[in-house]
Amino acid sequence: METLTKTVGAELKMTQTMTGAEAVIQSLLAEDVDTVFGYPGGAIMPIYDALFDYQHFINHVLVRHEQGATHAAQGFARVSGKVGVCFATSGPGATNLITGLADAMIDSNPLVCITGQVASHLLGTDAFQETDVLGVSMAVTKWNCQVTKAEDIPGAIAKAFYIARSGRPGPVLIDITKDAQFGQLEFNYEPCGIIRSYVPKQKLDIEKAREAAELINNAKKPFLLVGQGVILSQAEQVVLNLVEKADIPFAWTLMGLSAMPTDHELNMGMLGMHGNYAPNIKTNECDVLIAVGMRFDDRVTGDVSKYARQAKVIHIEIDPAEIDKIIPADVPLLADAKEAVSILSELVLPNKHADWVDSFREMAAIEEEKIITKDLFPQKEGMTMGEVVRNVSQKLDGDGVLVTDVGQHQMAASRYFQFKRTRSNVTSGGLGTMGFALPAALGAKLGCPERDVVAVIGDGGFQMTLQELATIYQTKAAVKILVLNNNFLGMVRQWQQLFFDKRYSFTEMVNPDFVKVSEAYGIPALKVEGRENLDEGLKTMLETEGPFLLEVMVEKEDNVFPMVPTGASVSDIRLE
Amino acid sequence: MIRKYTISIFTENFFGLLNRVTIIFTRRRINIESLTVSESEIKGVHRYTLVIKSEEERVKKLVKQIEKLVDVLKAFYYINEETVFQEIALYKVSTHALKEGRNFERLIREHHARMLTVESEFVVIEKTGHKEETQELLRELQPFGVLEFARSGRVAVSKPMKKLSSYLKEMEEEQLVSA
Ligand SMILES: Cc1ncc(C[n+]2csc(CCOP(=O)(O)OP(=O)(O)O)c2C)c(N)n1
Ligand SMILES: [Mg+2]
Repeated sequence: METLTKTVGAELKMTQTMTGAEAVIQSLLAEDVDTVFGYPGGAIMPIYDALFDYQHFINHVLVRHEQGATHAAQGFARVSGKVGVCFATSGPGATNLITGLADAMIDSNPLVCITGQVASHLLGTDAFQETDVLGVSMAVTKWNCQVTKAEDIPGAIAKAFYIARSGRPGPVLIDITKDAQFGQLEFNYEPCGIIRSYVPKQKLDIEKAREAAELINNAKKPFLLVGQGVILSQAEQVVLNLVEKADIPFAWTLMGLSAMPTDHELNMGMLGMHGNYAPNIKTNECDVLIAVGMRFDDRVTGDVSKYARQAKVIHIEIDPAEIDKIIPADVPLLADAKEAVSILSELVLPNKHADWVDSFREMAAIEEEKIITKDLFPQKEGMTMGEVVRNVSQKLDGDGVLVTDVGQHQMAASRYFQFKRTRSNVTSGGLGTMGFALPAALGAKLGCPERDVVAVIGDGGFQMTLQELATIYQTKAAVKILVLNNNFLGMVRQWQQLFFDKRYSFTEMVNPDFVKVSEAYGIPALKVEGRENLDEGLKTMLETEGPFLLEVMVEKEDNVFPMVPTGASVSDIRLE
Repeated sequence: MIRKYTISIFTENFFGLLNRVTIIFTRRRINIESLTVSESEIKGVHRYTLVIKSEEERVKKLVKQIEKLVDVLKAFYYINEETVFQEIALYKVSTHALKEGRNFERLIREHHARMLTVESEFVVIEKTGHKEETQELLRELQPFGVLEFARSGRVAVSKPMKKLSSYLKEMEEEQLVSA
């Protein structure tokens, strides 16, 4: 065992001379970082060398591909509310971060990525493993910077953390040249709390809040949309206060999943393309639409020209650029969701909308009959994704964390997993990145070790980042991996069936033996082929200590319904 | 309605920031007609002046995206009537043109242009004005043989009287709210 020779954070004397590399580690400690996902290489070796002395303070997780580091950091951030941290080397190490940065950017995940860079005198010379990382990452980061002097490191890191987590969170990247890592500085850490060009939160306009309350008080058919902003601003309880007081039915976006209990009586389910029937239809019937911390993604709105035209729109949003971007707001409330909704819930009057709420239930009954019953209690031989997901969900009793990849299984899981606790859903929403789930689940498990974490992944997406099985094995993180195998790129096949005349162009896959793959990585695994073995299989997966992979063979050509076809109105949601 | 907009952006003086600003235009396929970067009236604050052709709805969203950049202090957009603006043009013409005597000199005078320098082989004429004006002079100089022509981007100041410093004050107050 290493002896604890290093002093950390508060114990550190006022200033101390150290290398830039060590200052990176000390700065992270000053930001309370205890977990880093990374991968070493030439240009970041000084930082890794410094890290070697701090292993007792920082758990560095050696991923097997830098993309895995970003998704793991995202999973970690999403469940814990903390900033996820990644290390990567220059050139290919840094470019491998790009997909994860883009994913974190569009889904507002706070990340700080630190990349090594060639020595500053080599910049611009096409040196070995030199890439213009600032240029390449610019479009997919909230902010980035390059540091070429050791003394600038603490300041840059302080700024990075502040930017990543404040306002609308997002990923930031700091590129540190090798000479800056080797250089000496007098270390002194000042956290950043203000940047003069940056206003993370606006002051709530109380007049506007009154206008919004007035609209809600006069509404006959109010409808509230819960986006991820509710989770990010910890507004879950105040939103419940508001909807309960004024009797407002609500629905969540894919990213808003788990903010409230699934079984709350006013929870009408999921919005959007594969969301529930009632909330999509009712969007075009409500008279006041209250959107909280969401950005009207096209997967939610369908054809915007036919979206909620009849409704007055109240848009509660922290990011000014989102106001009027897609759907014009009659009353924009530019503020932190928690602050705005707290005030709103005080301003609104208690109310009842029994008929309106009931009308959602009527639509839900139609969906129940036409779709849900068939998904959950299928009469056919092949297993559905829905029944598998619902079974796991029941076994976890709503307490687990659901991590999903991208495709049909993602939609099935989002529809049928039942939540009781916030921050229990981790998925790639805005970017739809296949390969997200496995590393994200690892990160999620490390972000909340006491909770069960189940990753629901398709046979296609699993093969995009399955190298992280090695990381899971090495860290012994008890991630439960549920591969729903239809031997197809199912979601694409569904579109081919519905919109391309069943021309299944390159979507069928001949897959490897996933059980053997998993076992080769040291992770016990099991394959379930018949419904009669499902329950036992899931039990084994959950009860086995440590990580486990369960492959479930599901119906090859099932489709996810309901569906709002691309470009159609939410009113034209199809039940078959 | 598509028309010309002047976008004024006030930023920190950090390298790489220009790139961050321009990719916002690239992503939306908006062509930048001209771009000028200079200091502003406040020390340490840089000013970008861009000209684009677009519709107000798009410009409004664009400016919000620009203002969202962490290192951008403020961004504004204006139609021509809301600004006072100029461009500068330089014309390099063969010295032979001088032999045309009166005609050439009258042309320069009429356009309120001036002879910046006279070398043995060429003269350089300078004119400031709006694009139509500098373009017109170019057209009229063509018969004399224009060897080189260069026009700067637009520089513009706005007509509204509210000062940048008071915007910055307001931002400071909002920052205290969120801190
Ligand atoms: C990196 C990436 N490449 C391609 C796609 C397009 N895509 C979306 S869903 C999907 C099929 C996913 O197949 P699978 O992982 O087996 O899940 P299934 O839909 O069968 O449940 C594809 C190819 C994507 N989202 N991400
Ligand atoms: Mg599949």
